[in-house]
Order: sequence, then structure tokens, then C-alpha cells
Amino acid sequence: MRDAGRSGDTGLYMAELRRTELFDLHVELGAKMVPFAGYEMPVQYPAGVMKEHLQCRAAAGLFDVSHMGQVILRAKDGTYETAARALEALMPVSVLALAEGRQRYGLFTNDTGGILDDLMFANRGDHLFLVVNAACKEADIAHLRANLSDTCDITELTDRALIALQGPSAEAALAPIASGVVDMRFMDVLSAQTAFGELWISRSGYTGEDGFEISVPADQAVALTRALLEHGDVEPVGLGARDSLRLEAGLCLYGNDIDTTTTPVEGDLTWAIQKVRRTGGDRAGGFPGSDVILPQLDNGAPRKRVGLLPEGRAPMRAGTQIFATETDADPIGAVTSGAFGPSIERPMSMGYVTSEHATIGTTVYGEVRGKRLPATVADLPFRPSTYKR
Amino acid sequence: MKYTEEHEWLRVEGDLVVVGITEHAAEQLGDVVFVELPEVDTEVAKDDEVVVIESVKAASDILAPLDGEIVEVNETLPDNPGLVNEDPLGDAWFFKMKIADMSELDSYMDEAEYKDFIG
Repeated sequence: MRDAGRSGDTGLYMAELRRTELFDLHVELGAKMVPFAGYEMPVQYPAGVMKEHLQCRAAAGLFDVSHMGQVILRAKDGTYETAARALEALMPVSVLALAEGRQRYGLFTNDTGGILDDLMFANRGDHLFLVVNAACKEADIAHLRANLSDTCDITELTDRALIALQGPSAEAALAPIASGVVDMRFMDVLSAQTAFGELWISRSGYTGEDGFEISVPADQAVALTRALLEHGDVEPVGLGARDSLRLEAGLCLYGNDIDTTTTPVEGDLTWAIQKVRRTGGDRAGGFPGSDVILPQLDNGAPRKRVGLLPEGRAPMRAGTQIFATETDADPIGAVTSGAFGPSIERPMSMGYVTSEHATIGTTVYGEVRGKRLPATVADLPFRPSTYKR
Repeated sequence: MKYTEEHEWLRVEGDLVVVGITEHAAEQLGDVVFVELPEVDTEVAKDDEVVVIESVKAASDILAPLDGEIVEVNETLPDNPGLVNEDPLGDAWFFKMKIADMSELDSYMDEAEYKDFIG
């Protein structure tokens, strides 16, 4: 048996690997640790990827996402408005209109309309709290400092861990620790004084499930994680299942499904661009790449990110070339993420195809090991999300 | 039983060699979600890629351990790929092949050597 090198690797390998606060606990729980975005992270626990995935959908899964970057953006004049206007200069997203105690999805764009990173940002009253991808965090912070330092202070929080608790039992498991979470709805944020210090909780995640992401003081991270794992419905989940969960939920993995060569319109992320930042809006444009992105919003883009459901059992992994017919010489696109979906019980992929082939229901062909196999362009998510609206 | 460095096991059954993957290999692969078998009556050369396995983590190939002919494949695997994790040494054999010279098996590891090999 030989690794066929078709795994569609998503990690960034670095010589010096960092560890999160939970490293020893992962090892104690029997995790298989792998390099990911410069950290040694648990790819799976003894239960394995498939069971961990199903556990998260049926009850609750606990994820260590402490490798992600936690950043405070605070205006020098102390107002949310100044910080929001500053951040709007880097994103095609309305930051100003975000209500206090709410979180939103954002995108840093570059001058050609490509995506530098995707992130979550929250209005915490007098400042913004950002959570950015691990592999991009140093570049993101440098980008923020280079562009916003005149008006804002940018602080990376290195003394806080981040864990995600996802699944239908997440609320029941977290409520005994922070009772206020029962009143939160999707994308609400909350600070709670708890037995584990001040927790910054958002009702959000990366699985398509209801659940929470919890920023915790680093010295309390292990104790909080152990307390959550004591709940009978909560089991640890590694990066392997995190990937199949997010793919079933139709969520992009930065570096695979979106990157500096894809625009938000091509990436089918136009829902993240509020009207106020589009042509004719009060704060239209004024972000990097607006001369590319605004016309694409009006006229469409030459290609689009779509869901793909292979007809057989063979997964179409990242890099699989997509063709319009069984015989055409030139591809119309490629798969950017592909895996087996444990909950939908079939293989699933996301990728880019030319817009003329992006209509739901179109049959296209993925070339797998030299064979053209049919797949159907499908609506995303593959599995309906269960957010608490 | 003989073992290859590619983590396949080879079991002689009359004049045939049965081929599967080891428990160690199944564990490393993780949950297997797809198996593609070769056609029966195919002539294969040593190191030809004859079986495709996809797990939740990666795609792998099983190589023909010897020159010979594929005479039987395990038809249950494509419909039940998870069997590879449940019973890698038993029910989840992949194919049986007829080889010209059984003595070629001698070059492969025995169980003790394989255990040393995987450490």
C-alpha cells in the first residue's frame, strides 16, 4: 500500500512547531498530533474521523482552535466608529452597522480583488475583536498595522486559548458554566465571568451546527476543556472531522477554496458584502480591489465556486480537474476541497467552474485516476445548517 | 503469512496468493470510504497499482506484490469499504492472484520481521 499523494493536504508545514495550551491534554486523550499551520494539532482522537464527525452532529464535539489568531482592534480615540471605519478600508463588508454584541463574517481583500484571509469580527462596544486563520495571522496583523496604525492600536492576544463547542448538545454543556448562553442566538457575542475566568463567547462555529466558540484565559483553558468534556454528550474532535464537518456545511477553507487568486464574487461570498458597500451604497467601494469586485457584483464573474456531488463513491479530492464533457480536452475548473461526507453518506466536493456550467443540476466530469466520472453541480450547504436563529 | 514494506499481507491459499493490508496500515489510513478493485483475469506486473483505497484522510494504492494474474477480487469491499477497518486480516482481503513462482514470496518479511519493520 502506498500513499497516492492525492490527499489534498491543507496544512502549512514549518520547521518549528508551536503547541497550544491544550497540547498535553490532546496527548492524554490519545490524539494523533500532526503539523498544521505551524502548530502541532490533533488530527483525530482514538474514535477516528468518521465517529468524531457523527458525534458532533448527534451530540457535541469539542475542538481546540487556539492556533487561530485573536486580535483586538481599538481606535486611538476610543470609539467603535473610528475602529469600524478603519477596518472597512480593508474589507468589502459593513463593519459600522454591526450592532454591539454581534459578530459578522469578513474578508480582507487585495488590490486585484483576491482574498488575503477570511475572518470573524465582533463589536465589543468600544472595540473590535477579530478571529483570523492560523496560517494567515502574522500576515493579517502586519496588514492591519501597516494600514490602520494611524488611528488604531492592534493587539494580538497571546494569553488566551480558543475552543469550539459544536453540536445540538453544546448549549446544555456550556450553560452550567455560563448561564447567559441560553439567550444567545446565532452570531451573538457575550463576555461572561465564570469559574474559568472571563470567557468571550460567540454563538458560531465552523461545522454547520449550533454551537459556541469560546475565548478563555490561557491558564484556564485546560480546566475549562476538562469541565466541558465531563458532560456526557461532549467528545473531543480533531482537524480531520473539522474538515468534513465544514465541507458538509458548505464553508470555505482559506488556502483551499478561497485565496489571493479568487475574488469574493467568484467564491460565491457575495452575501458577505452588504449593500451599503456595493455600487450605489452610502459607503460603496473604498476597499482594496473594489475596481474588480464592484463590477463583478453587478455583472457576474467568469467562474464560480460550487458544490459538486460525485455520482459514484469515489471522492473527488482537491486538485481534481473538472470537464464539461467526457471528451473535452480543456478543463472548465478544478476541485478545491473534496472528501467523504459521513452525515450525507456520500462523497462531496467544492470547486470552481466557469459560470456557464455553474447552474445547479448541471452534470460535469471530474477526472479521477485518468477516468472522467460524472458529478452534479449542487446547492450548498450539502447538509442544512442548524444554527439557532 | 508474508508482509511487504508497503504494509500488505500475503497468504498462500493452495496455488493462489491472497493479498490484504495489515492492521497497522488500516489504522494509519483511518476510516476507509472507497475501494476500487482490479478486473478479474488481469495480468499484472510487480508494483503495478491494482487497488485504489480512499480513506477519510488520504488516497492510497495497493501494489501488485509479484508478477501474476488477478483471479478473484473481494466484491463485498466496494459496497462496504468500512470492512477494511473492521477486519483487515480476514474478511477484507482485496484480491487473489496466481503467480508463476511461489518461491518469490521468500523475499518478503515474515511476521517477526514485519513487527520490527513497523517498530
